[in-house]
Amino acid sequence: MESILLWLAAVFLAPFFSAVILKIKAFFAGKKGPPLLINYYTLIKLFKKGSVYSKSTTVVFKMGPVISCATALTVLLFLPIAGHAPVFSFNGDVILILYLMGLGRFFTIAAAMDTASPFEGMGAAREAYFPIICEAAMFMILIFFYRMTGALSLSAYFAGTGSLALWQIAGAPLLFIVIAFFIILLTENSRVPVDDPATHLELTMIHEVMVLDHSGPDFALIELGSFCKLFFYAAITSQLMVPFDTGLPGLGLVLFLAGLLIVYMIVGVVESAIARYRMDKVPQFVLTSFALAFFATIITLELIT
Amino acid sequence: MTQFLEITNGGKVRRDTIPHLDFAVFCDHALSIIKNGGKVVHFFAYEDNDKDRVKFLAVLRTDVLLAAGCDAPESYPALTRTCEVFHLFEREIAEQFGIRPEGHPWLKMVRYHENQRQVPDVFGNDYTEDIPGNYDYYRVAGDEIHEVAVGPVHAGVIEPGHFRFNCIGERVLHLEIQLGYQHRGVENLFYTAKAKQLPLLAENIAGDTTIGHGLCMAQAVEALASVQVDEGAKIIRTIALELERLANHIGDLGALCMDVAFLAPANYFGRIRGDFLNLSLLLCGNRFGKGLVRPGGVRFTLDDDIRKTLDERIKELKPQVEHVLELIFSASTVRARFEGCGRVSAKDAQHLGLVGPAGRASGIAYDARRCFPTEYYPHLSIAENAKPTGDVLDRAMVRRDEVLQSISIIQSLIDKPVYTRPVEEGTRTLQSLAPFCFAVTVNEGWRGEVSHAVLTDDFGNILRYKVKDPSFHNWNGLAMALRDTGISDFPLNNKSFNLSYCGFDL
Repeated sequence: MESILLWLAAVFLAPFFSAVILKIKAFFAGKKGPPLLINYYTLIKLFKKGSVYSKSTTVVFKMGPVISCATALTVLLFLPIAGHAPVFSFNGDVILILYLMGLGRFFTIAAAMDTASPFEGMGAAREAYFPIICEAAMFMILIFFYRMTGALSLSAYFAGTGSLALWQIAGAPLLFIVIAFFIILLTENSRVPVDDPATHLELTMIHEVMVLDHSGPDFALIELGSFCKLFFYAAITSQLMVPFDTGLPGLGLVLFLAGLLIVYMIVGVVESAIARYRMDKVPQFVLTSFALAFFATIITLELIT
Repeated sequence: MTQFLEITNGGKVRRDTIPHLDFAVFCDHALSIIKNGGKVVHFFAYEDNDKDRVKFLAVLRTDVLLAAGCDAPESYPALTRTCEVFHLFEREIAEQFGIRPEGHPWLKMVRYHENQRQVPDVFGNDYTEDIPGNYDYYRVAGDEIHEVAVGPVHAGVIEPGHFRFNCIGERVLHLEIQLGYQHRGVENLFYTAKAKQLPLLAENIAGDTTIGHGLCMAQAVEALASVQVDEGAKIIRTIALELERLANHIGDLGALCMDVAFLAPANYFGRIRGDFLNLSLLLCGNRFGKGLVRPGGVRFTLDDDIRKTLDERIKELKPQVEHVLELIFSASTVRARFEGCGRVSAKDAQHLGLVGPAGRASGIAYDARRCFPTEYYPHLSIAENAKPTGDVLDRAMVRRDEVLQSISIIQSLIDKPVYTRPVEEGTRTLQSLAPFCFAVTVNEGWRGEVSHAVLTDDFGNILRYKVKDPSFHNWNGLAMALRDTGISDFPLNNKSFNLSYCGFDL
């Protein structure tokens, strides 16, 4: 019951945290920025609208938003929030999570291809390419966690005292993992320096260009899905960064939220401080996360045996 | 020794003093001037009083302006085959007068409209069809080649233009740019306009080059009507032109940052651009300088109160501009995007005849303010600003240098009191233009060489009004910059040129 409530809270809070990034970016730009509740207003506005479908699209186009949002929501079910046990958990659930997100991406890409727009095709090609590198890094991180805990489930890593234990076993390499995971966060959620969520230039976009043709409630689902996805990655990063288990339920939650806020703020600072990489340099940047995770895993070979 | 006549910028010549050459001689001389490093300022056709005679007139520039004309044949071997700088000029003549340049490498209409002589269309278009009509694009074939078509309706609030990319993966092999969606027939409007409407027409050729085009028109009319402009008006016009340059360059630098998602400078420069536009507002009540420049002078004086406010505001803005420039050019991530992106070699730039900041970034130092100074520019020293590589970084650096120079130019001009007798619209209207004369005016607008050429008939009416925006030279430079560049870098390159659609479409 508690975990379902937490899950609901996570879904409900995800749009709020995404607005924090906008606020930080506005701060650096010397502007007031949109209100913190902007994403709720946008979602409500979009849900009230009707959808427009091109005659050349098929049912695949309509499935894209539904499935990408559904997978993002499902993935959150497996996420231990603030050290609490998630709604679902079993040994090997990380693999399921990874490929649930892959499924969501597959349908976003398929929906983009379905429009037969050359821009969306280009975006789809890029969206298919970068996550492949991400996946390699992700598996490296999993290998690392598996070596540390001997389990393949998120709750084993992050529920209860899990994350604190990780720091005690392998603090230094875990630092690499945090950085590697943050790079994956930026890539998977199409943030600067990989993608620019604010751009309107269809030739340079990756994720945004694929959803150009979606409108109204469909677009709202996509937005909600991407808020949840970012929340998922940010929550894991936060739990790695703030692993303390105080035993007091209230305090744990506060610490978790504080950590989450810090992660989102760092994303905002990164977006404000650096320019976007040239498209052909992005793979190098993403590969950095793989190298870091690989290095961390190598180091732990010494520790465990 | 050339048979072309040397003329002055903003000077009046009688039309019978312009050498009227045999067509073959005309071509030979024109081509030899270009081969020796000359460039085309104007090359256009016009119908002489007796309607069935079409003539060519060319204004070329070396260190001086050279003009000559000839009778136009119905078709002739294209000059573009020898000198690429004629490329668009010949297409324009073919479109406007139905004269075919044989062997032109890419004979395609420029703006999609019927010719003025009601002769068969050179391109075989049926103009009762809507745009996009029946015309081909450059094609690249192959298994892995794909074509991306962008526009004419864009995602942003910008002007319409169609861009056709031939790509292999993310790499662009060729870009073809098709414009003309904003063709309004500006040149033809000049023939029926009343004298007091001329400035309005000129100012609205391209809204962001209001002063540039306004100046060209005013100087041409002043030359043909033999009107002198007082010193104060010249200073105010110079200030206005530099303010226009400042606002646009700063806007461009901000937009370049926006395109690489470097937020802070993009937003600061967005605001500072507005501050400079507001200085134009202070000068004449319009942020784009509309209504300031009129034949005979300017409509508003620069009294000491305004001068002081101007000075104060510039003093306040200058350190801010310097700070943001520092922020942009010291950021390694920004330099990584700008450096080596969209290179146009000096050789290509010479062949295409690039002008303005885009030309200077590719090593062509030409600046009309220095080479053919008008207004107060003879008293100012204008730096060369030529850069070696011709990439996005250089185009940005030219803008940076010019921003700083323009600020000091304005500061030096508002240092001492300026006196002028403002032109009152309606009261000091111009006497009629001198009959049977020709005048060409060249000014360095913020995009480069803006030029107008005016021919009058035996009664002092305008016989031919030719407008040339610098974009007419530079659009092909953008296409060249995109060769072998990632398609995702197109917006960045596009901003680094920031060319005018309506100035081209006319």
